[in-house]
Amino acid sequence: MNKIANRAVMCEVLKEAASKDKDVVVLCSDSRGSASLTSFADTYPEQFVEVGIAEQNLVSIAAGLASCGKKSFAVSPASFISTRSYEQCKVDCAYSNTNVKLVGISGGVSYGALGMTHHSAQDIAAMSAIPGMRVYLPSDRHQTRKLFETLLQDHQTAYIRLGRNPVEDTYEEGNVPFEMDRATVLGEGTDVLLVACGEMVRPAKDAMELLKQKGISAGALDMYCVKPLDSEGLLKAAKGKKLVVTVEEHAPFGGLGSMVAQVISANDPKRVINLALPDTPVITGTSAQVFHYYGLDTEGIAASVCKALEE
Amino acid sequence: MKELAVKAYKIRQDVLDIIVSGGGGHIGGDMSSVEIMLTLYNRMNVSPEKAKDPDRDRFVLSKGHCVETLYAVLAEKGFLDIEEVKAKFSKFGSEYIGHPHNTIPGIEMNSGSLGHGLSVCVGMALAGRMDGKKYRVYTLMGDGELAEGSIWEGLMAASHYKLDNLCAVVDRNHLQISGNTEDVMGHHDLHARFSSFDWHVINVADGNDIDQLNAAFDEAEKIKGCPTVIIADTVKGKGAALMENKASWHHHLPNQEEYEQISKELKARREALEHE
Repeated sequence: MNKIANRAVMCEVLKEAASKDKDVVVLCSDSRGSASLTSFADTYPEQFVEVGIAEQNLVSIAAGLASCGKKSFAVSPASFISTRSYEQCKVDCAYSNTNVKLVGISGGVSYGALGMTHHSAQDIAAMSAIPGMRVYLPSDRHQTRKLFETLLQDHQTAYIRLGRNPVEDTYEEGNVPFEMDRATVLGEGTDVLLVACGEMVRPAKDAMELLKQKGISAGALDMYCVKPLDSEGLLKAAKGKKLVVTVEEHAPFGGLGSMVAQVISANDPKRVINLALPDTPVITGTSAQVFHYYGLDTEGIAASVCKALEE
Repeated sequence: MKELAVKAYKIRQDVLDIIVSGGGGHIGGDMSSVEIMLTLYNRMNVSPEKAKDPDRDRFVLSKGHCVETLYAVLAEKGFLDIEEVKAKFSKFGSEYIGHPHNTIPGIEMNSGSLGHGLSVCVGMALAGRMDGKKYRVYTLMGDGELAEGSIWEGLMAASHYKLDNLCAVVDRNHLQISGNTEDVMGHHDLHARFSSFDWHVINVADGNDIDQLNAAFDEAEKIKGCPTVIIADTVKGKGAALMENKASWHHHLPNQEEYEQISKELKARREALEHE
């Protein structure tokens, strides 16, 4: 079991960058511990800005810094940075074209029993609707490193959602296929295509293997780049399949499933099923319990595919 | 400063022309803030030649709906062609929209949604300090805008970080779209409120007086260890009796008769200043 959370990897990458570039600046809203950024704050205090529990201020200050040449990373729980600060993300980051990377930590249902105030099941929909905002959900620690290293090189805003807890690796260290804004092909199949993002990628990959054992040929895509969605890669992978199944830790509306369905229906119409959280506050539990309950774990995904193929 | 005071009335005519040409604009707040923006742009280290100079002073119009005055002042400073602004303002496909946009030369940040500018300026001021720059950062807020909670987050952070390179100005015209600010959402003793957030506070009795404004900006530059806010008491719709101190002129579009009456009074006031 991997013990390193994606957020911890973010901290390592940002520390490496800060050591070489004084313009790399990290901002937190009393969230340095939750973000695993305490060691960044301790090592580079002059490149760290604490704004207190004030997420709107966090994002606007990050944008002001960026407008003066800083590479701002504003890091706060996904539920707050994506919705409480939504207008600041829209106006001060995307519309004003400032280089602010908005990092939503403890995304999805990471906070488990803390309830809907702390769950971010709307962030993909909200952020994707903003012109100029890119949305990324890396799947494991290796891809998180690649993504942050790449994002440090560009000058546009983006929203990145990370989970709270360590997740099983999807990729092997030293062998991490990664192309910016291109989905990663996890496996090829002839019957079904699974498309997942973030923490749903590993269970989708495992479901692909489980389905093969059941005699169903499934392919899978890691669509870490939810926006811009890799339409070309999606259509290529979906070609000839009977069914496309999306898997996301998000509300059932406006997320990965909606975007995949738009592309498929416009270009290569076929059945698309969206496996997501329900349109209700989620049941109390750990991430694993919640995923199991709503069929978002390996067995649940495989079962949904089997059922759909039987219909 | 007589020259600038006269210029303020030319700016007002430009603002009136822009609004009438574009078929709408926030004339009341435009007119109250003319001297504030004109004074600032005649002090700040900004020019079209160094529009991207890292050492330039920064200005963010937090009350973005008063962009018509900003356009006119930027034109006065050589950033824009005023005739082009008048011809294109709010027209189909125009870059000159009803709020600031930073693709326009001289405009630093997009604004329009109230309550953002101060926090953005906190970031700019922090960046200046990190880089050891001497530039100053200014924002202009409306008094109605002060009801936005995000402003108080910005006030809190600016004094926490002792940003003495930051100066905020409140265009205190006492009116907002629904009426008197104290009736809509009272600010009571604004001086005390800002002071309690550990800001240096300067009251300007006549915020349409360039000498008084310059004195306040001079004082702000000397203050060390905390940010400064200037509460500039202004007259909404300043320039013609027809529109002065009337909430209904917040975004009233003058008809032809009103246009002529205002233009006539602006000219008369300008000439009176010239002959003083």
